[in-house]
Amino acid sequence: MAVDKSQVDYVAKLARLEFSEEEKEKFVGDFNKILQFVEKLNEIDTENVEISISSYPMFNALREDEVKPSLSLDEVLLNAPDKENGYFRVPKVVD
Amino acid sequence: MDFEAVIGLEIHAELSTKSKIFCSCTTEFGKDANTHCCPVCLGLPGALPVLNKSVVDFAIKAGLALNCKINKDTYMARKNYFYPDAPKNYQITQHETPLCSEGYIEIETDEGVKRIGIQRIHIEEDAGKALHEGENSLIDFNRSGVPLIEIVTNPDMRSPKEARMFFEKLRSILLYTEVSDCKMQEGSLRCDANVSVRPKGSTEFGVKTEIKNMNSFKALEKALEYEIERQINAIKKGERIVQETRRWDEARGQTIVMRSKEEAHDYRYFPEPDMVYLKLDDEWIEDIRKTMPELPDEKKKRYIEEFGLPEYDANIITTSKELAAFFEEAVNIGGNPKTISNWIMGEVLRILNDREMEITDVKFTAKDLVKLISLVEKGTISNTIAKKVFVDMFETGKDPEKIVEEKGLVQITDEAAIREIVNKVLDENPQSVTDFKNGKTKAVGFIVGQVMKASKGKANPQMVNKLVEEELLKR
Ligand SMILES: [Zn+2]
Repeated sequence: MAVDKSQVDYVAKLARLEFSEEEKEKFVGDFNKILQFVEKLNEIDTENVEISISSYPMFNALREDEVKPSLSLDEVLLNAPDKENGYFRVPKVVD
Repeated sequence: MDFEAVIGLEIHAELSTKSKIFCSCTTEFGKDANTHCCPVCLGLPGALPVLNKSVVDFAIKAGLALNCKINKDTYMARKNYFYPDAPKNYQITQHETPLCSEGYIEIETDEGVKRIGIQRIHIEEDAGKALHEGENSLIDFNRSGVPLIEIVTNPDMRSPKEARMFFEKLRSILLYTEVSDCKMQEGSLRCDANVSVRPKGSTEFGVKTEIKNMNSFKALEKALEYEIERQINAIKKGERIVQETRRWDEARGQTIVMRSKEEAHDYRYFPEPDMVYLKLDDEWIEDIRKTMPELPDEKKKRYIEEFGLPEYDANIITTSKELAAFFEEAVNIGGNPKTISNWIMGEVLRILNDREMEITDVKFTAKDLVKLISLVEKGTISNTIAKKVFVDMFETGKDPEKIVEEKGLVQITDEAAIREIVNKVLDENPQSVTDFKNGKTKAVGFIVGQVMKASKGKANPQMVNKLVEEELLKR
């Protein structure tokens, strides 16, 4: 699979990022190099090999259903760029 | 051409855990904004989610109650999207490996029992809430990280009514198992629908739309009715149905476009790197199976077999776990099951519907109802008086025996006393006596009514009937 500029545009849009034409050209090259590198994996026969989601041989990291104190409202809003009556205030979003 | 609808539902239910899915903040509803938040549910960098074991327990329970296969090896997935109520810019959910799959619910349609398939149930976190105000949106993250199960059905429903019946049955099962409190007004049970239409008899699917924002059973039914008609009309006019998301506008009674498929999200799911595999064993699943209560279908079957209730009555009483508990309590105290069921189906449900109340809100107890019934059975009061005592009992929560005593409602069974009232009524209504003599038997009913009225409903109706006829014949 080879990446062209339209795919760079699409990924940038999904990530809400903007780039110059020059940067996008560079990304086309970078993306293709990364993909070529990862494509190496296709050379391995993975027939009958189970999917792996983690390199740690671990499972069931669980906690009991217990309530513990939350942060104070001041702490919650400490880094908020904008706030109102205890709410985070953001530009209007309507789905 | 005749059309048929094809409907599938996606239901989100908040689980009844005390704490959130990945952190120890409380799930309590209705508190001040942003007071139930911590680094995990605010999505602060470096915070590590740890799965709440009860979430898994509840989801397994829901899966077992909905006849699902429980998948022993699953993992969480990351679903990427930008919306200000999702603080991490992704939601931790399940994608390729839902915890439960391939279940079903049976509903009673006019054509008989119909099985609606459940494709999957998976666990995930809820998002925060956005309030839209003027130029801004205000965000409250108290709901962020509240555990959810998402239940996805197969496209097995063919009418809005079937969809409603399915949703009602599902709610009933979730309430029986106490997996969720299912408060639709508080958003702890939410339903979206996928709907398409096709020529009747066709096996191919038409283009579907997704309907959101249906906050009650009635809204679900109305929104689907509207959408199906809209699609059929469009096809008849030769228009193309567009795959899109539409919102039900309750006030306007219409579905309105939210976004079309062209702008649809690309969620780029991948295995959640902050979490490890979830591995269940038979023992875990069996332990949960042991806690399973009797479910509505089993209960209904038992009421029919054990108590001889009509299927219709058994169905209604078992729909509500609390109503069923009230019925069983009354039966255990020693009332006749059929009489109790008749009272519940009649007076009790009538007044509850009238006042928009639940059985758990009433002042009287199951014991009071049994007492009231036994007052009728012993002949102390008539059925008509009993209905009045019931209203009194409902309003005040007083013992029915006390109400009867205080209001002097004891039935008159003294033959001489009733005969005296009968003769008084006959004296006052000579025209009716003449009518009777002229063969108008309707006159009897009128006289009986007058006697009952004169006795303030207290005279024994059978005795009144008998004595009116006797005295009329004497005249
Ligand atoms: Zn938290």
